[in-house]
Amino acid sequence: MKTMVEEIGKTVEGDLIINVGPQHPATHGVLHLVITLNGETIKNVEPHLGYIHRSIEKMCESLSYRQFIYSTSRMDYLSAHINNHACSMVVEKALQIEVPARAQVIRVLMDELTRIASHELWWGAMAMDLGAFTPFFHAFRERETINDIMEETCGARLTMNYNVPGGVMADLHPNFVTRVKNFLKLYKLKIHEYDELVTGNIIFQNRMKGVGFLSAEDAISYGVTGPAARGSGVSCDVRKHFPYEIYEQLQFDEILETAGDSFARYMVRLREMNESIKIIEQLIDMIPEGDFQAKTKAVLKLPKGEFFQSVETARGELGVYIVSEGGTTPYRIKFRSPGFSNLSALNHMATGEKLGDLIASMGTLDLVIPDIDR
Amino acid sequence: MFSLESLTTIVHIWLNKTFQPNLALLLEFVIVGVLAITLFAVLGLVLVLMERKVAAWIQIRLGPNRVGPKGMLQSLADTVKLMMKEGLTPDGADKFLFNLAPYIVMISAMMVLAPIGFAKGFQIWDINIGVLYVSAISSVSVIGILMAGWSSNNKYSLLGAMRSGAQMVSYELSVGLSILSIIVLTGSLSLNDIVLSQQNGWWIFKAHIPALISFVIFIIAVTAETNRAPFDLSEAESELTAGFHTEYSGMKFALFFLAEYINIFIVCAIGATLFFGGWMPLHIGSWEGFNHIMDYIPSSIWFFGKTFFLIFLIKV
Repeated sequence: MKTMVEEIGKTVEGDLIINVGPQHPATHGVLHLVITLNGETIKNVEPHLGYIHRSIEKMCESLSYRQFIYSTSRMDYLSAHINNHACSMVVEKALQIEVPARAQVIRVLMDELTRIASHELWWGAMAMDLGAFTPFFHAFRERETINDIMEETCGARLTMNYNVPGGVMADLHPNFVTRVKNFLKLYKLKIHEYDELVTGNIIFQNRMKGVGFLSAEDAISYGVTGPAARGSGVSCDVRKHFPYEIYEQLQFDEILETAGDSFARYMVRLREMNESIKIIEQLIDMIPEGDFQAKTKAVLKLPKGEFFQSVETARGELGVYIVSEGGTTPYRIKFRSPGFSNLSALNHMATGEKLGDLIASMGTLDLVIPDIDR
Repeated sequence: MFSLESLTTIVHIWLNKTFQPNLALLLEFVIVGVLAITLFAVLGLVLVLMERKVAAWIQIRLGPNRVGPKGMLQSLADTVKLMMKEGLTPDGADKFLFNLAPYIVMISAMMVLAPIGFAKGFQIWDINIGVLYVSAISSVSVIGILMAGWSSNNKYSLLGAMRSGAQMVSYELSVGLSILSIIVLTGSLSLNDIVLSQQNGWWIFKAHIPALISFVIFIIAVTAETNRAPFDLSEAESELTAGFHTEYSGMKFALFFLAEYINIFIVCAIGATLFFGGWMPLHIGSWEGFNHIMDYIPSSIWFFGKTFFLIFLIKV
């Protein structure tokens, strides 16, 4: 491993190397960026990973197919429910378990609530990166309502662990429908504040427009997915292209912006929240009756073979790949996390721009560090 | 009405009678210095608490509410905490400059106080180039900031200091030009003359469009010059952690912090003096009765009221 001294020795005279992170307010976690600056202009950004590597993939190899799902909540903790969902689906796919209709609807409802909560947090954190402190509190006001809903039904606010192979762990709380409807009301009451506070703000727009440009070709070649890629005009929504659960029957749009700059990515996320609201509205009144969990064996044994399932998390495409030897634990498990590929595009986006613009670009990538390191 | 001139004159005469002239002058210096420092300390505490309370109100939270009634003593507690803390000096720092920088920033902030008229007949130094003096001395604090950034031996500090320097120098120009319009209208650089010239109406009302334009420019430029959001490039929490005072701790950090708030107060006081008539009550041309009623409100209340209004404008 290179030491810092060696790196400094290699730079051209006049360059300044600064270490953003591992403890830095802008990286939202323990990400370490080694930035080569010329004045304030960025010449190179090198992310150093591994500060929060917990070896989740290796750990999963010694856990049973019921247990390994829980460790994935700790990957992308802001869309924990969607991670669990992906893992449950791989197991169901391998064992050909039919998930009851009620469980499917509950899962999708929870997915979309999680997506909104994640985007809310991102919106607040993004504005804070650019120096505005107030939006953070406004975002948390709505997010808190979602967390309360989650707490009531799943028993946890962040690491839900609500999905099990064959359905969900418990039935919905009797208050669930009313509380979600209250949330929808609150959201519609407050969403215009988001535009008034931040989107329409001329300072904000000037800092976002034309900053961190990523072309559609580059987005594809770096493997960028999710809202970050859709901001560049790449249609990549897994819910549309490879529909899972009941997404096929739902009416919602895939949000696309073509500008490819930070502001486009910002708009994609903001509009995506409205799409999620649309999905929730379609489902909330017609949650079918029935079982919330399919009958499964006490010990799950996956047949020999390779299984893959991808879902659309709040940050992009999460793929779960399992190689089974036919036992009770996976032989090998691999997660394709959206954050890792999205981060790889950062150097390309930020080179040649100012230090302040790097923060804006990084903010719109919506990086969750435990998702990158796993 | 409510002039403090008689009080200051009595003190001046009594001192001169009791002591030798040189000693009397020295004592006056000491009195003024003690008053100024007290004012600073109180202002710092009040402004910090004000900002936190108003910000909390905007951000739908409560703000400080534990220490003292309604959290009034919060900033006092913070000050005590800062005084108890260890003042660290980083290993690679230029120790002399590192320790000198906060004092330069602080002293330059204090010196600007001299020509400001706080109330009728209560001005420390009625210098005939008042406005020029203010803009000259307030620029000195840039040196302190650059010094702090350079001597900390920290790249974040250096970047923050450079940004701060560049920003202050560039916005100083627009502040100067906006002040110039009032100087042209008054025909004097003395802050006392500027206040007196607004006897029959404040410049912001009397001078119509020119004053209005320069007032808007003044407010924006001054926000930038005091490094407040959205012009807080030099501190840019999200990029540079804390800018030029990243490495400072304890009382030295407190001095920077205090100087920032004092600078806000001072620029707002200047703004109030130039555009809103300083301590001059609201007078409207020939409305004698109205003017008399307004005179019953003490001039210091007028001055601080206007200043705090401008501080509110800048901060929010």
